[in-house]
Amino acid sequence: MKADISRLNKFFENRVRLGIMSVLIVNNSYDFNNLKETLGVTDGNLASHLKALEENNLIKVNKQFIGRKPNTSYSITESGAALFRDHIKALEDLIKSQ
Amino acid sequence: MENKTDYSDDIKTIKKIMEESSRFLSLSGLSGLFAGFIAVLGGLIAQFWILKNKTFLISFSQLKYLFRDVSSIKRELITDATLVLIAALAGSFYFSYRSATLKGQKIWTPVSKRLLLNLFMPLVAGAFFILFLYSAEQWKLIVPAMLIFYGLALISACKFTYDELFYLGVAELLTGFASAIFPEASIMFWLFGFGILHIAYGTFMYRKYEG
Repeated sequence: MKADISRLNKFFENRVRLGIMSVLIVNNSYDFNNLKETLGVTDGNLASHLKALEENNLIKVNKQFIGRKPNTSYSITESGAALFRDHIKALEDLIKSQ
Repeated sequence: MENKTDYSDDIKTIKKIMEESSRFLSLSGLSGLFAGFIAVLGGLIAQFWILKNKTFLISFSQLKYLFRDVSSIKRELITDATLVLIAALAGSFYFSYRSATLKGQKIWTPVSKRLLLNLFMPLVAGAFFILFLYSAEQWKLIVPAMLIFYGLALISACKFTYDELFYLGVAELLTGFASAIFPEASIMFWLFGFGILHIAYGTFMYRKYEG
């Protein structure tokens, strides 16, 4: 396949977004605190990127209560997974071609 | 324009996060080694202390000719095996905790919870099944059941940790079936499955990932 920078998804250039998608593509769902720990980012930073991903329909949010505590978990959407796979493929092709 | 290292950095980051978020990689080879040594110790205690080394190949139906109090022998064997299990589990928790702390990772994560669930479902099922065997006096199936359920537990857990655990699971499973075919050699198969295989696996994993 042709190596083409235009195939890279600009949306995933950001490291936090890349990290969120990497976690969610291999896990059915992951909650906010565990995402924060896995990626080592601050609450605000993580929240803003999650919001951006959600607004673009790449991930979906599931709010529920565990006991009395509210728990927010995230999972990848089908289109999110497809776009992220394309992005990984494009990265790999670029590395191979260089 | 970005260059090659940026792209490969991205790919490396993606792979690393995928792995860390879906697999628990703080299981130390030392856990396997420790469990193996404990099992060998437990097996030797069974052979030389409980059974007084009166016979190398025990057939449970023959126990009554060798010992006056068979039920206490059985109780002691079960206690021995249970203590080995508890010590081996405690050891693997300790070494995993140590290994996670050294790597600066947490031990209680969504992945480790899934790992424990997938490990303990077959183990607990096996434990109940063995209780049934015990109460039905099906002695010769107890060791095969231990090995088979343990093998299944490892196969079910391997998706959440190192892939190599799958092969240990298969080896335990095969040892279990072999011990069902030769029930007189139960203790030998028990020693091999829980002792030798663990030591071999632990050594291999320690050298590969920690050595």
